[in-house]
Amino acid sequence: MAKQIIMDIKDFSFRYAGAPKPSLKSINLPVYHNKITAMIGPSGCGKSTLLRALNRIHDLYPGNEYKGEINLLDLQNDTYFNILKLKKENELIRLRQRVGMIFQKPTPFPMSIFDNVAYGLRLAGVKDKTVLEEKVTTALKGSAIWNEVKDRLNDSAMGLSGGQQQRLCIARAVALRPEILLLDEPTSALDPISTGAIEELVSELKKELSIVIVTHNMQQASRLSDYTAFMYLGELIEYNKTDKIFLNPKEKLTEDYVTGRFG
Amino acid sequence: MNRLLLNKVILVLSTLSAIIGIVFLFWILATLTIKGLSSMHFGIFVHDLVNGGIRNLLVGQFTMALIATAIGVPLGMMAGIWLREYSNQSRLASVIRNLSDVMMSAPSIVIGVFVYALLVSPVNHYSGWAGSVALAIMMIPIIISTTDNMLSLVPKELREAGIALGGSKHKIILQIVVKAAKVGITTGILLAFARIIGETAPLLFTSANNAYMTMNLNDQFPSLTVSIYNLANYPDAESRDLAWAASFILTMIVLFINLMGRFLTRDKG
Repeated sequence: MAKQIIMDIKDFSFRYAGAPKPSLKSINLPVYHNKITAMIGPSGCGKSTLLRALNRIHDLYPGNEYKGEINLLDLQNDTYFNILKLKKENELIRLRQRVGMIFQKPTPFPMSIFDNVAYGLRLAGVKDKTVLEEKVTTALKGSAIWNEVKDRLNDSAMGLSGGQQQRLCIARAVALRPEILLLDEPTSALDPISTGAIEELVSELKKELSIVIVTHNMQQASRLSDYTAFMYLGELIEYNKTDKIFLNPKEKLTEDYVTGRFG
Repeated sequence: MNRLLLNKVILVLSTLSAIIGIVFLFWILATLTIKGLSSMHFGIFVHDLVNGGIRNLLVGQFTMALIATAIGVPLGMMAGIWLREYSNQSRLASVIRNLSDVMMSAPSIVIGVFVYALLVSPVNHYSGWAGSVALAIMMIPIIISTTDNMLSLVPKELREAGIALGGSKHKIILQIVVKAAKVGITTGILLAFARIIGETAPLLFTSANNAYMTMNLNDQFPSLTVSIYNLANYPDAESRDLAWAASFILTMIVLFINLMGRFLTRDKG
């Protein structure tokens, strides 16, 4: 790995369609390879908005406005390209295959467990049955859910528990072997035991990919992440190694937030 | 004391209203069942109208309703998908949605007259096609509204999850969103079918009626409902008995399809 920064956000601003003011103002933030970057901040601070820009999922709704650069490292020739420049649907699809996303509520598709994981692969053009089976198995094993589902791969995914569904969604994203995985409050709808399982899985996954996680839970950020970004009212207030943010923040605002004085 | 009294008065009044409503419903059903069953015999299922049976009428009614479904379901579903998934809730979308709702409550005889002017009058003869088109027009707004409503119940996260996996919008809509709304849409289609299978007014002067078995949709086409209307007006007891039997059978068919729709939603909903 020649370069450590896999995604570099530079002077990035974002305005929702029809909104008078931008929701994000001049954000500068690096995402390091094989590390977990956490984004924390009170509700409405823009952390989810920023996360959703990183795979351009905002483009599902028309009229939003991007400014600045979000540079993604192209691992093949070691150069960066600005994902905000992408226009064609094909290019965006390719981007989303490289930058996966997990949502707050588990989002299993109304199909079997196997087909859920195979769905993204099929979209990506994998047709060979043995290859599909192999990749699905690997993804399920890598997402710590294989033992729970191996005997019922053909059952509907809707019958799994919330925590299992979330791990299935992670398996579904991981099956495409993305370079970055975006997690939008992935455990806020889950019980403590399922949360523990997801956190363990996420720490395990960083060996293979880079992770950006949005969380409301500061313990989770401090437990999991290597770097933490604190955001407030659409601005990045402070970014540093996680222990620095939590033990020795530079900004008064950050200190107030991590110590629970507001938020 | 006053409150308790008022409570009792309201209770009695609303119970009475409910009973009156239900009495009429059962009265209709009971009359229909008694008269229908007593006029029913095996012969009416194997003879055509010309010989005092309803075989050709059942075949004709179902044929037209099925053709109407084949026209109405794809059109209605595509329109519903456009409204919910592609229109971005523009002004045009809300105009179309309102128009479709108005169409749903349009008097069915008006639709019949419209199709008469469009497909019957220019060629100077009734046809099965005209009847099917009239029924399809009845059906389309119902399908649009069900599709639209059922798709709106699919959480937006499901669409986003599909897009985030590298799907194109149309694939996600067809393979995931519609699939997630499948039970609701199927139920809507069944209820719409139950609605049109019992319609008379749109058929009166589009398909008209035919006493003989025919599959020629360019010709006047046999219709169960139009026959009931005609038979009930005939002076002879035999015709009126046949009308009772036909009404009973029609009611059973509609009831059965409705129950099927209910059963579907209860099973998976």
